Amino acid sequence: MTPTARWRIARLVAAKDLRIEWRSRVLINQVLPFAGVTMIMFAFALDASDVLERVAPGLIWLATLFSLLVLVQRAFAVEADDGALDALRVAGVDPIAIFWGKSLALAAQLAVLEVVLVISAVLLYGADVPVGGVVLLVTTLVAATAGLACVGTLYGGLTAGFSGRETLLPLLILPVVAPVLIGATRAVESALGTGGVALSEGWPWIGLLAVFAVAFGVGGALAFGPLIEESN
Amino acid sequence: MSEPDDARRPDEPAVALDEVVAVLGGFPVLAGATLRVDRGEIVLLRGPNGAGKTSLLRLCAGLLPVERGSGSIFGLDLATRRDAIRPRVGLLGHRNGLYDDLSVEENVSFWGATVDAAADEVDGAMARMGVDGRLGDVPVRKLSAGQKRRTALACLVARRAELWLLDEPHAGLDASGRDELDAVLRQAVGSGATVIVASHELERAGSLADRIVDVQGGQVTAGSEGSGA
Repeated sequence: MTPTARWRIARLVAAKDLRIEWRSRVLINQVLPFAGVTMIMFAFALDASDVLERVAPGLIWLATLFSLLVLVQRAFAVEADDGALDALRVAGVDPIAIFWGKSLALAAQLAVLEVVLVISAVLLYGADVPVGGVVLLVTTLVAATAGLACVGTLYGGLTAGFSGRETLLPLLILPVVAPVLIGATRAVESALGTGGVALSEGWPWIGLLAVFAVAFGVGGALAFGPLIEESN
Repeated sequence: MSEPDDARRPDEPAVALDEVVAVLGGFPVLAGATLRVDRGEIVLLRGPNGAGKTSLLRLCAGLLPVERGSGSIFGLDLATRRDAIRPRVGLLGHRNGLYDDLSVEENVSFWGATVDAAADEVDGAMARMGVDGRLGDVPVRKLSAGQKRRTALACLVARRAELWLLDEPHAGLDASGRDELDAVLRQAVGSGATVIVASHELERAGSLADRIVDVQGGQVTAGSEGSGA
């Protein structure tokens, strides 16, 4: 398959997933409220403004990871409910294109979620976003989102055919995304200047996030076809 | 060197299986099945539950690997050319492969777009299956079982499937839906498709089929002419 044809199918799959999301409103009606409630519960649990401000970056990413699980479950439930993933396989639709398409749609939803979470952290925890940290913050969001979307799609596809996928997915995903949690938290700490961390200390973590995104972007695309073939 | 495309070998049968063995979960679901289906035929697979009818369909769709024996679809080897076979085959099992939150038109357009089908091809597929007009804008979740089935068939047409593998296609349809389905299958064959149907509804499916094939214990045991011949 030519790269142009593959990209066309990837866009088709992404547009289909986003259209389904727009119709079902799962992100708006379920995931965003869930993430918001999580942030509020953290605020109750750590009821001290200096502590909250210091741990805000970590809480943003923890809430993102929990919400990622809901988004991935949903992204593959729509494929599994009426056998659409099986139908895609039978139709010979390129699995790499499916992987990229579903990752793109997931990344778009994660991006919306993360922006809302950062705003929540500013409002609820009193986190401050200095002008100088905006570029690092945006770069962190982009790199971490890419990695999380690729991991989510890979493991979502792997578990789509299993009956216990709701419990299996968190067990598989959460340990794998630990580097993103650590790297993104450190980078956002630098971007926000939390605890006096210098801005320059954040950029090396972007390297980790980029390596993670590339590894799961390329590896996930190659592994996705054989995985859905074996697990469905 | 890759196998030549069957467009240059139009005499190859749609399906040619020779003593095929297929294993699922350590259990031989096909135990030496031999079957030949010519292009343009409608063949009914008949047999009790667990006889291997669904496995035979899944093997022809390239979803089940060939463990022993040999098989080809349109002259393409099932062991080595499954990727080339799949786009030419449409399998409609117990599930429809549709997206509930999308409309009929969006579903058919999506499946058509996977093979770069033009808008008029998509419109034509919907019209052929009677899911055009106002029905086209209805979300799939609001359709009856028969309308969902017809939408799934429109998706097969839109993505230009040449070999239709249908597992209990009449299930869940009312009398008029069944008549419509039969008409659709005859029309598909008239347009050059080949159809293999697995069904328990022998009277109806038998009247549709050119040939009836008995499947028992993972083997094709006998064959007879259908009343559609």
